[in-house]
Amino acid sequence: MSRNIIINLIRFLVLVFIQVFLLKNISLYNFSTPYFYILFILLLPFETPNVLLFALAFILGLTIDAFYDTPGLHAAACVVLAFVRIIFISITVQKDGFDNEPEPTLGIMGFRWFITYASVLTLVHHFFLFNLEAFSFSQLEFTISRVLLSSLFTVFLMLISGLLFFKRKERK
Amino acid sequence: MRNLLIFITKYNAFFLFIIFEVASLIIYIKYNSFQKASFINSSNAVTGGFYAKMSEFNSYLKLKEENDELARENSRLRNQLKSSFYVDTVNKHKVVDTIYKRQYEYIVARVINNSTNHANNYLTINKGSQQGIAKGMGVMCNLGIVGKVIIVSEHFSVIQSLLHKDSQFSAMLANNKEIGTIEWGDDLNPHKGILKDVSNNAVPKVGEEVVTSGYSLFPMGIPIGKISNLHTKAGGYALNMEVTLAVDFSKLQYVDVINNKFATEQEGLEAQQKKDE
Repeated sequence: MSRNIIINLIRFLVLVFIQVFLLKNISLYNFSTPYFYILFILLLPFETPNVLLFALAFILGLTIDAFYDTPGLHAAACVVLAFVRIIFISITVQKDGFDNEPEPTLGIMGFRWFITYASVLTLVHHFFLFNLEAFSFSQLEFTISRVLLSSLFTVFLMLISGLLFFKRKERK
Repeated sequence: MRNLLIFITKYNAFFLFIIFEVASLIIYIKYNSFQKASFINSSNAVTGGFYAKMSEFNSYLKLKEENDELARENSRLRNQLKSSFYVDTVNKHKVVDTIYKRQYEYIVARVINNSTNHANNYLTINKGSQQGIAKGMGVMCNLGIVGKVIIVSEHFSVIQSLLHKDSQFSAMLANNKEIGTIEWGDDLNPHKGILKDVSNNAVPKVGEEVVTSGYSLFPMGIPIGKISNLHTKAGGYALNMEVTLAVDFSKLQYVDVINNKFATEQEGLEAQQKKDE
């Protein structure tokens, strides 16, 4: 349990660092900007209580906001992401029949489940983020194309990191 | 009552979602209308300190370009020195000149945080109220205008760059002095701006220079960019044109904050006129 806490704390710091000092400067043709930090919420263990999940999402969002100068924007998108995560997991994963400490990682849950999970959650998060940032429907086409291309970039980064830290522990 | 409690615990995810979402939206919207009254931004001590460290490291990578630019500016300034002109009169007497009074003062600062790929872009610089920077001052670099100061802390300030939905500055065509307003284009391209509300009598040409008018925060004649396209969306009774910006915002390293010493006097006078009407 305490091992879980330490791993997640380190993951939080590393992801925020990567997002703020590396990915913030990357943008492909002003269309595709990756928001890789949401991987932290995606990889929290299944039995995280809802209160903690929402609180962590909120704090993560505010931390990113502090560096991006946009108070509330990322926090709002992250809270939506946490809500969609709860719904998605309650639909697709059976709560009983785990062996010890299951986490929604690529190694444990398998490729097909993970890529659906990552793309659905990333799309929802980016959709909220970009529309809230634009705050108007007048350039909806432009915003949607930014959402799609950025999601592609983010999911790509998630797959790479999933394969880098791949530990095969297939669920029975 | 018990049923209500059971209902709430059963759907606790939904209620938690509502609480946290409303909280973050309140922060977001409040922040928008009160112009960053909150402390969650990059001018506070912790994030500002981080950015300062990181930018110190980054500035090494751009030393060469920066050197070239400084050398060019040096030669330009040296050309304006008195000692570079040949004096052909022998009689000289010193006059204590009281006509000139300094109006604009420039404070140099280093950019420690920058963005160009959002819908609203901000810069953070490493000078603050202790060095005499105040809210509302204009900011330029040696290539052209950059933006204006919106928040100041003791050692850092945040600048709303020209690449921002709400940024508008008074501008004019360099040749025939027609006044207009410069703002950022709709398509989030960091190299293009739009010059709006130029009167129909003006005959602008592609390639003509656009400079500041001297009506707002900046002295007259600071470059903004060059006209690149005359046929943007028609704006009714006025001309709109596309401008290629002179400043490359992604490469900004040093900026000058402009302190207009007569600004408060001018504002006071104009406010009085509004009150009289």
